[in-house]
Amino acid sequence: MSARLRVAVDRDACCGSGNCVRTAPEVFDQDDTDGLVVLRQAEPPESEHDAVREAAYNCPAAAIEVDED
Amino acid sequence: MSDTLATNVLTYPFGNAGLQPLLPDLGPDGVGRVRLPTGQQAWLFTRHEHLRELLRSPDFSSDFTRPGFPLIRPIPEDMPRRPDGSLIRMDPPEHTKFRRMLTPEFMIKHIRTLEPLIRQTVIDGLAELRAAGQPADLVEHFALPVPSMVICHLLGVPYTDHDYFQERSRILLAWSSTPEQARDAIEELRDYLTRLIAARRGEPGEDLISRLAAERVATGEMTEEELVGLSVLLLIAGHETTSNMIGLSTLVLLEHPAQLRRLRERPELIDDTVEELLRYLTIVRTGLTRVAITDTEVGGHRIAAGEGVIALLSAANRDTDVFPDGEEFDLERGSHQHMAFGFGIHQCIGQPLARAELRIALSELITRLPGLALAVEADDVRYRDAVVFGVQRLPVTW
Repeated sequence: MSARLRVAVDRDACCGSGNCVRTAPEVFDQDDTDGLVVLRQAEPPESEHDAVREAAYNCPAAAIEVDED
Repeated sequence: MSDTLATNVLTYPFGNAGLQPLLPDLGPDGVGRVRLPTGQQAWLFTRHEHLRELLRSPDFSSDFTRPGFPLIRPIPEDMPRRPDGSLIRMDPPEHTKFRRMLTPEFMIKHIRTLEPLIRQTVIDGLAELRAAGQPADLVEHFALPVPSMVICHLLGVPYTDHDYFQERSRILLAWSSTPEQARDAIEELRDYLTRLIAARRGEPGEDLISRLAAERVATGEMTEEELVGLSVLLLIAGHETTSNMIGLSTLVLLEHPAQLRRLRERPELIDDTVEELLRYLTIVRTGLTRVAITDTEVGGHRIAAGEGVIALLSAANRDTDVFPDGEEFDLERGSHQHMAFGFGIHQCIGQPLARAELRIALSELITRLPGLALAVEADDVRYRDAVVFGVQRLPVTW
């Protein structure tokens, strides 16, 4: 079973802690100029799903939303 | 339920007896009432899930000038209302504006460029420790100077002034200081940084204070007073927290020789080790204070506007629902959900720097000093009675 997972980030809520970049660097980055979250891929492959869920759970500002089918 | 809680009001803070934080038994719900040294009462939350909810909630404020804010130590009456630029005491939108001026400075990729400097500082620190002769105090010769030098470099503060700012920082954080002593210490730090900022405005360097002065103060986005407050906060937070973590981490590793051996055999475990040390030690032992700004709920408990709450990070980091056998140190636990850096929009902005310093300092320490050992009995190690938990001294041989 190949589940789909969609990620959305809220830059207005982001506090730039960098937790998501540590947890899932293939999916999240920090903007070079302001340090806020940048989404690298909105529908990451299944190999990234656990890391993305963990990043959303650990985001201090609740700025990551994960939508799973 | 509120009647039950009201009859059992605990005296807070609980004190620093040793590596295991003193945590009250509040039953499975983990919610209690405490009486603070100021005579105020506040809610106490200790469960991981409750802290996640509370610290992410916009219904609570960090501004200690708000009515009902739980103060753990009294503020002298002649103290300025709130020090300008003190990011940790601001709410949005003011907080957002200030925090965003700093996020690029501390983001992971910027800290990575500082790693060679951190490593060289650590190596020089170890050489200084060796030169001190055995036994030497690891705190004085390594744990304190290394983070101090790094934050001085970052901020553009001359390290040669370290006696001056370290002493005032120590007074500010010690529970034994009177409110007047704490006030004087912070005023002296502010005066010191005011002079430094004036000098940097005349002659800018490649440092954070010079950049903020040129890009934010000169443009009117930030006042000079605010930059002074922000610089005081960064200077204190930048060396107190990491230095206490290095001292305590060394003690914990030496007290768990089998795990230290495993780490020496498998150096790639250092990242997980740092996370587990952060969780296990949770050096902000007094937790985080907030006041409700509207009637709200946490974990089903109704909290009225104007009531104070304390989020006890050290308890949440031992919550057995999230960390089985949470009282045990286990460097392979994978403690990624810990709250040692806090949670919510105020979560430590310097965490990439702290992690890099801890990883490099501890790796180099255990590699370059393979015979590292305590020179006193672990029971005789004295802890700091301060806002930030740590060891006073750590005599070691190698």
